[in-house]
Amino acid sequence: MENILSSLFYGGTFVVHVFQMKGKKIAYDSEVASIHELDDLAYDVLRLFVEMSGSTPPMKEFQNLAQEKAYEFSEVLACRDELIGLISQGQLFAPCQPFEYQDLYPEEPAIKAMCLHICHDCNLRCKYCFAGTGDFGTGKRSMLDLETGKKAIDFLLAASGNRHHLDVDFFGGEPLMNWPVVVSLTEYCERKSRESGKEIRLTITTNAVMLDEDKTKFINDHMKNCVLSIDGRPEVHDKMRPGIGGSGSYERVFSRIKSFLLARNAEDAKYHEHYVRGTFTRENLDFSLDVIHLAEVLGARQISVEPVVAESGSGYDIRLSDLPQIEKEYEDLAEYISKTREQKDPVHFFHFIMDMKGGPCVYKRLKGCGVGAEYCAVTPTGDIYPCHQFVGEEKYLMGNVHNLEQILDENGNMKTGKKATDILSPDVRKTFIDRLMPNKEACKACFARYNCGGGCPANSVHATGDLDGMYEVGCRLAKKRMECSIWLSLSSLSN
Amino acid sequence: MKHIKTVQTACVKIPVSGKACGECQTSCQSACKTSCTVANQKCESDR
Repeated sequence: MENILSSLFYGGTFVVHVFQMKGKKIAYDSEVASIHELDDLAYDVLRLFVEMSGSTPPMKEFQNLAQEKAYEFSEVLACRDELIGLISQGQLFAPCQPFEYQDLYPEEPAIKAMCLHICHDCNLRCKYCFAGTGDFGTGKRSMLDLETGKKAIDFLLAASGNRHHLDVDFFGGEPLMNWPVVVSLTEYCERKSRESGKEIRLTITTNAVMLDEDKTKFINDHMKNCVLSIDGRPEVHDKMRPGIGGSGSYERVFSRIKSFLLARNAEDAKYHEHYVRGTFTRENLDFSLDVIHLAEVLGARQISVEPVVAESGSGYDIRLSDLPQIEKEYEDLAEYISKTREQKDPVHFFHFIMDMKGGPCVYKRLKGCGVGAEYCAVTPTGDIYPCHQFVGEEKYLMGNVHNLEQILDENGNMKTGKKATDILSPDVRKTFIDRLMPNKEACKACFARYNCGGGCPANSVHATGDLDGMYEVGCRLAKKRMECSIWLSLSSLSN
Repeated sequence: MKHIKTVQTACVKIPVSGKACGECQTSCQSACKTSCTVANQKCESDR
């Protein structure tokens, strides 16, 4: 099979990040993911090494430090030697490992995850909705029909090549508004899983307005993951997530999500994975209180509350001037999460979860979210886009699942000499296959680069006009969340 | 007297095969629809 990845070579800049948080002084080497807790002296001495890019500073720097901070000079030198030892062991200022980009995959990237838009309509009118309250800015509200949905699944199976694990997210608009299609497509996915030998994992993302007992049972019996939207405190939620008539939706969704969580968390439930997901805006910069509300009042334990991505001028978009307060909120939230870890049933905050000893491989971290290369979105008309954030943007249209007959015969088998990518725009596809974190200039000296994988290209292009541009608000917040994750890891790793 | 406590030693995860398997979940497929976070995704070979 052709390999269309460019033959490039990565040798980035080593980054040792030294920071303070909640009384702790910490060093993190992004290249090897080592974490070190520092005392006051080590914090000051290491910063001298950072200024020298890892080289040992001249003796006068240590003399000056001892004099300025009233340290014993002999202790300064002992600390220097301790650091030199760690550097020689590769624990700090580790050189970048060169990677051939062609080592990313055994073959070429394969689309194996799909955001399937069950309908382009919604029963809420959330002010910050990137989907234009359901119609994706088209002015036309529509439902996915079963035939198009099945073709989308057929496309996913064909495009996934030899990948075994496939993911489908029933998304919207609000997917529960087109429930019969959700049920039928679930059954179709399960049948196709059995026939193909592949595992199709299902997720549904819902605002919970129509989440009754029957739908709860069906979701819990069939869907590996479920994402439920609620923003937090009643006044915060109602202000941004009104119904069609303008009245708040908090009361309706709160009780439904609470019932859902009880069923989902039951010991005999087939699937337990879920996230209670909210959005914060500059209307609630004190969003740590909303996370705590979701944990303490709703009883949620898997929570994801994300910063809004909104156009400047909307009034609720997050601005650079808001960042100091948000960064403090993240620190307070980390402290709250830390305290819950002492309880029997701790709270997990999605963006603080990080497996410091493992997690995804380095190639995944270089590739990032996989938009357009491993992941795509399909609309009710069958249009294929690189992800849900690009839906409706003509220049990113990749193809349409109704063209599947060009590559599959009447039995669903690939025609001789054909491949699934034949129905995709080669230019759009190449744009996204070539997307790799080290190509972004802003990532080259960033300690968080292996955490965000280069960030969200949709956010970048919408904020800067360039897929490789730097969405500064997003970058700053990603870095802060990473600091919080490292801080949280101190206690768990020390134990 | 030690001034530095290493709580996590160096570790870079490179697949045994030397290549990515491409089997892991994409980040937007979990609970992240607007702010990319890659590092909290699980490796399929660790499951």
